[in-house]
Amino acid sequence: MFFKKRFESMASAKIFKRPKSLTDVPTHYCAGCGHGIVHRIIAEVVDELDIRERIIAVAPVGCAVLAYDYWNFDTTESAHGRCLAVATAIKRIMPDNIVFTYQGDGDLAAIGTAETIHAANRGENLTVVFVNNGVYAMTGGQMAPTTLIGQKTATTQNGRNAACDGNPLKVLEMLAVLDGVTYLERVSVESPQSVIKAKRAIKKAFDNQLAGRGFSMIEVLSMCPTYTGRSVEASLRWIKERMSKDYPLGVYKDRI
Amino acid sequence: MKKDKSAKKHLMTGNEAIGEGAVRAGCDFYAGYPITPQNELTAFMSYRMRQKGRVFLQSESELSAINMVFGASVAGKRAMTSSSSPGISLKQEGISYLAACRLPAVIVNVMRGGPGLGNIAPSQGDYFQATKGGGHGDYHMIVLAPGYVEEAMSLTMASFDLSDKYRVPAMILTDGMLGQMMEPVEISKYKVKTSGFVKKPWALTGAKARPAQSIKSLFLKPGALEDLNISLQKVYAEIRSKETRYEAYYCDGAKFIVVAYGSVSRVAKAAVKSLRAKGRRVGLLRPITLWPFPEQVIKRLAKKAKVFFAVEMSAGQMVEDVRLAVEGRSEVHFLGRMGGGIPSQNEIEQEIARLHR
Ligand code: SF4
Repeated sequence: MFFKKRFESMASAKIFKRPKSLTDVPTHYCAGCGHGIVHRIIAEVVDELDIRERIIAVAPVGCAVLAYDYWNFDTTESAHGRCLAVATAIKRIMPDNIVFTYQGDGDLAAIGTAETIHAANRGENLTVVFVNNGVYAMTGGQMAPTTLIGQKTATTQNGRNAACDGNPLKVLEMLAVLDGVTYLERVSVESPQSVIKAKRAIKKAFDNQLAGRGFSMIEVLSMCPTYTGRSVEASLRWIKERMSKDYPLGVYKDRI
Repeated sequence: MKKDKSAKKHLMTGNEAIGEGAVRAGCDFYAGYPITPQNELTAFMSYRMRQKGRVFLQSESELSAINMVFGASVAGKRAMTSSSSPGISLKQEGISYLAACRLPAVIVNVMRGGPGLGNIAPSQGDYFQATKGGGHGDYHMIVLAPGYVEEAMSLTMASFDLSDKYRVPAMILTDGMLGQMMEPVEISKYKVKTSGFVKKPWALTGAKARPAQSIKSLFLKPGALEDLNISLQKVYAEIRSKETRYEAYYCDGAKFIVVAYGSVSRVAKAAVKSLRAKGRRVGLLRPITLWPFPEQVIKRLAKKAKVFFAVEMSAGQMVEDVRLAVEGRSEVHFLGRMGGGIPSQNEIEQEIARLHR
């Protein structure tokens, strides 16, 4: 009864529908994958800020490479790791457009680390959505730079061992010291509450670009049930209980 | 340039001439990373581009530079990067993406001695890399090889037009000798391009008053990638039939034809001139486009010429294209120097005298 009432009052205020910035096609993502949620958050924010016609998105190599099929705004592919070089040029040459990159952990924090650090340090007026799910998913679940110590992957079959595999890379902590950086926040999408927070952060990152404030990056701890939790539920728990312990949520820098 | 100085010649290096050509062609974006012997070009662009209100970026790496060029081209703008041999190797993945995404761009390779870090002396060791693909997959660039500083300027301007027209990346392939030596250039002959730009409806500028569009090179649907490749090959065939450029020097009726491009073609020309003065029926064919290679011209010349003689600053790369064009009708010989060595006029003349008795 309570729920019914609650639902009715919500329905009258707002009708849940597909954002204009999302195309009406099923995605190829596995059940319980975080990418669909993050795509949707971005689409909602773009609609709310009314910037769909100004957006140029840069899609990565990784599971989200097909993002251009799901977003209803201009999107380019980028070579693995080079999203921020591509985005830098687009934004520099068309400063009135709104340019963002959507990157995974391998793309942004391994092969593209140099591009990440230098775009951030130049203070490019860009928005970066960094989806950290702790594995290379598209290629079959290998160790990512962000894989946790002890986490089993295709290339760390006994669990990641710092002595031979190195330590998890903490990107926001690393970027926070750079003068060019404006805003860094780590969020997750493992619960409705965390999705709401994630959306708020992503909106702020776009707002910053609209106001010309410089480089913003939102790191989203996201689920890859296929290569981490094995079940959707287990992977939600994994984010909450394991991943966000090693990658604490919160604001790492806010120069505004 | 002021009008009253219009006929004035300016002393420029090849590197500067390429930069000025790019600016005059309407290059909107340049990204580069330091490497000798092309540094004068990056330095030139750093002030000239910003003076013009255009974008110059010194990138963190060659990978970044070529991918910045990718981004600028996605936005429909004219974009260029330059480097020298090892740096060009780093750009190969990006060039393959440009080719696959049908994005125009100009890449300048001021070649140095290789392999490896090599040295900073002039070389032509990157001919294979430039003309046969270089990166992964079946693709080509339009490759232009200037022989003079002034031609470095005119070909750079042409490379932007060709690249836009066919949506195929273009390369200016030159070397440290031409890049760093100075020659007079009548700059005012090369008018600043203000019109006649190719329209780019495919560019990403925001989905305003049109559906959203994307630029990509991933095609997973069965057959889709093969279709892309077939369409690329069609474009390459058209370029082959329409865009070949070369200089023929005393080639008509020549029994012996020297084939050389870029800096070394000038040494070869001096040798041919001197031998002509001695009554030898020797000619020089200088390919200006290395891809497409002037194979039809060579095929035609092979009806008269008994001997073709390729001279290169490499172990013998272009000579393979000469052989393919000749199709066994004439003899093909080769003289090459590597790792920064430059064949001398004397060396070339002696070798011609030996082969052409
Ligand atoms: S493999 Fe992982 S990241 Fe990729 S679509 Fe499936 S759940 Fe998502």
